[in-house]
Amino acid sequence: MQQSLRVRALVLSVVLFVVFAGAWHFAVQTGGASDAGIDPEYAKLIGATAKGGSAMPGPLEVGAELWKHVTDPFYDKGPNDKGVGIQLGYSIMRVGLGFLMACVIAIPLGFLIGMSELFYKAFDPFIQIMKPVSPLAWMPLALYTLKDSNVSSVFVIFICSIWPMLINTAFGVAGVRRDWINVAKTLEVGRMRMAFAVILPAAAPTIMTGMRISMGIAWLVIVAAEMLVGGTGIGYFVWNEWNNLSITNVIAAIFFIGLIGMVLDQILAQLTRLVTYAE
Amino acid sequence: MAETDKPLIRIEGIKKSFPSPEGGEPLGVFEDIWANVMPGDFVCLIGHSGCGKTTLLNILAGLDKPTAGNIIVGGEEIVGPSVDRAVVFQGHALMPWMSAIDNICFAVRSKWPDWSSAKIREHAQKYIDLVRLSGSENRKPAQLSGGMKQRVGIARAMSIEPKTMLLDEPFSALDALTRGSLQDELLQICTATTQTVFMITHDIDEAILLADRIILMTNGPHAHICEIVENSLPRDRTRHNMHHHENYYPLRNHLIEFLVNRSAQFEAELAAETYDPRNPPMVRPTAENSDEGAPRAALAQ
Repeated sequence: MQQSLRVRALVLSVVLFVVFAGAWHFAVQTGGASDAGIDPEYAKLIGATAKGGSAMPGPLEVGAELWKHVTDPFYDKGPNDKGVGIQLGYSIMRVGLGFLMACVIAIPLGFLIGMSELFYKAFDPFIQIMKPVSPLAWMPLALYTLKDSNVSSVFVIFICSIWPMLINTAFGVAGVRRDWINVAKTLEVGRMRMAFAVILPAAAPTIMTGMRISMGIAWLVIVAAEMLVGGTGIGYFVWNEWNNLSITNVIAAIFFIGLIGMVLDQILAQLTRLVTYAE
Repeated sequence: MAETDKPLIRIEGIKKSFPSPEGGEPLGVFEDIWANVMPGDFVCLIGHSGCGKTTLLNILAGLDKPTAGNIIVGGEEIVGPSVDRAVVFQGHALMPWMSAIDNICFAVRSKWPDWSSAKIREHAQKYIDLVRLSGSENRKPAQLSGGMKQRVGIARAMSIEPKTMLLDEPFSALDALTRGSLQDELLQICTATTQTVFMITHDIDEAILLADRIILMTNGPHAHICEIVENSLPRDRTRHNMHHHENYYPLRNHLIEFLVNRSAQFEAELAAETYDPRNPPMVRPTAENSDEGAPRAALAQ
């Protein structure tokens, strides 16, 4: 039954894809009307629109473009023409750096906040105000102080990753079952052992969930950040292709952004599974 | 005076009150509690919910502090938790990310930090075997039944070879069959090791089976020790033969009478009689001195 459900879901997925691709294909097809009456030079300039069709590429064109990117992802033909693999590599590197820095700060700080009611109350107003700020609002400040667009986008990732991790760590640490702490107390367990052998494993699933949320947000934000600062990265690639009016490449980039985002999320989901315990 | 004649635990006039949420009079849970626990004693505390049984146990464990009075253990006042007093919690309190044996190893390592891992594991295994969990030691708590989990909890408490074991209604979450077999095992182990035990329960038969002395606590707020009942059944009693003993029903009726009626009427008793909280009355209900008599015993049967 389970097997057949999976097969049926797969079949349905394929059907959905075929219907979507088919609708897309026919929606953007050139009408076949002649370009009579239009100045040939102008017709050439506006392309398919002159024939009554759409400038939107069809699924076949996008597929062909995707295939080109997949087979040759790492070419480098100057600053405005790099393979999508290189661009994604830049983005992943920035996200990874900002994310790691956020881990280093947010997890110990979250521990502190979760352990102490005083710190919780003292930090709370700052967290509440900082959390809803769009990370991109930090960009000018980062550019002004850090004076480097690359470092600034890493900083923006850092600042957007820190909140979910901080809040979840504090929440997880504060919510550790009283019983487990009491057991450790009656065994006269020291502070460090209490933190690492009891509280950390008990709060680990909640902390990992915070990290997963942070990673999701970081991957959303990096595209916008790179559009803003330019130079390299998948966000810059999307904006550059828009300037080139290459809708085909924009669609291809959307696909790659989704794909990498899914992979990053799955990695963190697997790590969460490692530390999750059944009660 | 011989060493064994000195009480291991002396509870001296402790009182606990919680600040009232509206900022008025503090809410007194219990007051003027005096009691002794002798080495090797099995003491049960019986009382209704809300009389502060668990609070009293937490104070004994060092997890909570009394508002007034103090507790002397082995000549020293309690200032905090100690490995000398192991606690078995009501909800087993096993750490779910550790296997059964690792939960015990965690306790053993806390008591003897210098031991090698092999020695710790060997010691833990001994207690796994003692509670008859051999073969299940590598399972996580989630893969164990309720009774098995509580067995691990008891093994963990015993593994650190504590001077006193404090049990907070350890079997209340279990079904009757499991509870019965665990009571038998606990009795067996405690008799064999002459372990000093202080246990909270609200199960009268459990108290009769396990306890040497049963402390009766009146209803809260302002709960007191009503009296201390000595178990009049021989120590070799078992769950299967104890109800045939002539003292069983007098003892049981005395306890039921307390829980049903006297626990709530204690205020009147306190005013009427010469009640001395430092020396609560000691009673030993037997077939001869029973005021309830045989007809009621027959009725209960």
